[in-house]
Amino acid sequence: MKEETKNTVINIQDLHKGFGENKVLNGFNLQLLEGENLVLMGKSGSGKSVMIKCLVGLMEPDSGKVEVLGREISTMKRQELDELRADIGFLFQGSALYDSMTVRENLEFPLRRHTHKFDLENTDELVLEALNNVGLPHTINMMPAELSGGMQRRVALARALILKPKIIFYDEPTTGLDPITAKEIILLMLDIQKKYKTSSLIITHDVDCARVISNRMILLLDGINYAEGSFEELSASKDPKVMAFFK
Amino acid sequence: MDGNYSFRKNLSAFFIEIGELTGFAGRFFQELFSRPFEFREFLRQSYNMGNKSMLLVGVTGFILGLVFTLQSRPTLMEFGAVSWMPSMISISIVREIGPVVIALILAGRIGSGIGAELGSMKVTEQIDAMEVSGTNPFKFLVVTRILATTLMIPILVILGDFIALLGSALVENLKGNVSFTLYFNQVFNTLEFSDLFPATIKTFFFGFAIGLVGCFKGYNSKKGTAGVGKASNSAVVFTSMLLFIIDFIAVFITDIFYP
Repeated sequence: MKEETKNTVINIQDLHKGFGENKVLNGFNLQLLEGENLVLMGKSGSGKSVMIKCLVGLMEPDSGKVEVLGREISTMKRQELDELRADIGFLFQGSALYDSMTVRENLEFPLRRHTHKFDLENTDELVLEALNNVGLPHTINMMPAELSGGMQRRVALARALILKPKIIFYDEPTTGLDPITAKEIILLMLDIQKKYKTSSLIITHDVDCARVISNRMILLLDGINYAEGSFEELSASKDPKVMAFFK
Repeated sequence: MDGNYSFRKNLSAFFIEIGELTGFAGRFFQELFSRPFEFREFLRQSYNMGNKSMLLVGVTGFILGLVFTLQSRPTLMEFGAVSWMPSMISISIVREIGPVVIALILAGRIGSGIGAELGSMKVTEQIDAMEVSGTNPFKFLVVTRILATTLMIPILVILGDFIALLGSALVENLKGNVSFTLYFNQVFNTLEFSDLFPATIKTFFFGFAIGLVGCFKGYNSKKGTAGVGKASNSAVVFTSMLLFIIDFIAVFITDIFYP
């Protein structure tokens, strides 16, 4: 029991979040273990993105406990939260690259914010290492608008990785990509997980993505964990609500 | 009945927005004096706003001076007062027309640009990405931009005023055979501290208003591309109205100190 607590990198208990009358999360629970790839599936508007935003302090929950790397998010001061964020990588759904900056500047941006963790003299080395990880070193001086959707997603992944985070959040990593590029991104995510031993929380609708990448899955329905288990267990379920996710 | 309800609703929305804008301005001052200072971004914004607006300000100023002089000339000639042209033009341009017209032009260029840029950053989650990177997006995006407009608009207005006077001097040189030296001698003999000081001070407020409203509209834009367009558009409309209100207050205060 003690060892399990030690290996838990994210611990969410009884999370509630609503917007006026619309209650999005109604007592959601989640534990992400070290080195694990946990996939969270749910219908659009089921609160997946809201939950992930509560995890990084972009939204404040109405009630419940949100612990990341053993630290309670809601009690942290801004500076403490910023320091914690150096250990978290976030791949946004639409890549969210800063379009007024080059690829190099996009990747340097988090480094310049966390000078306590990195020596700024080595930024070139770190930027190139991150771009090599995603197979795009030649794009270093390009603007995001010059890149295809798949390349933007890879650069965003490189940016999420540059601080060598302990946890990575993927918000719909394959949405909007063609099947071949989506597969490339999934394989890249697996490579990264193996190389850096990161723990990953993946929000996706993509069943193929979930099948390849997940160690464990949670189905989010009506703001609660409706079902939990491995891909094989859940895909074999006879529950019509669970089956609907795998059709 | 419906019209009355709609009017009350719009009025209430207007005052709510004014309240939110005031809160936004309060947050600006709070963040302005807290570390870290985003000096590099401030310089980048100042350069972008200043350098990229110079041509627009130059052309606008030149045509303003040119047209104003051409239009005033026949009337002054009728009264035999054409020799007063440099004095009249310089006072009008430096005190009122230059600052207001150039600020309005810049509200269109810079204010709408800020509204659209921040709005699209919000919609595409770039602001969230910045926050997750350990950056305070308000400080990085808003404080630097408001500070840059507050400092750059006065410089651009001074430049525009000078070019407007050059345009006016050119007309006088071609039509009235007045040398540039004589024209500017008369201009500098006419202008006093009481003309320059209040006019320059109010341009700082113009700059602040342009940056504040542009950032406020962009930072609070609703999701979707329509929201970005609306943010950009309403930034210009709201700023233009605010510029006239500031101008009215500035003229009123100036009149108290320099009657």
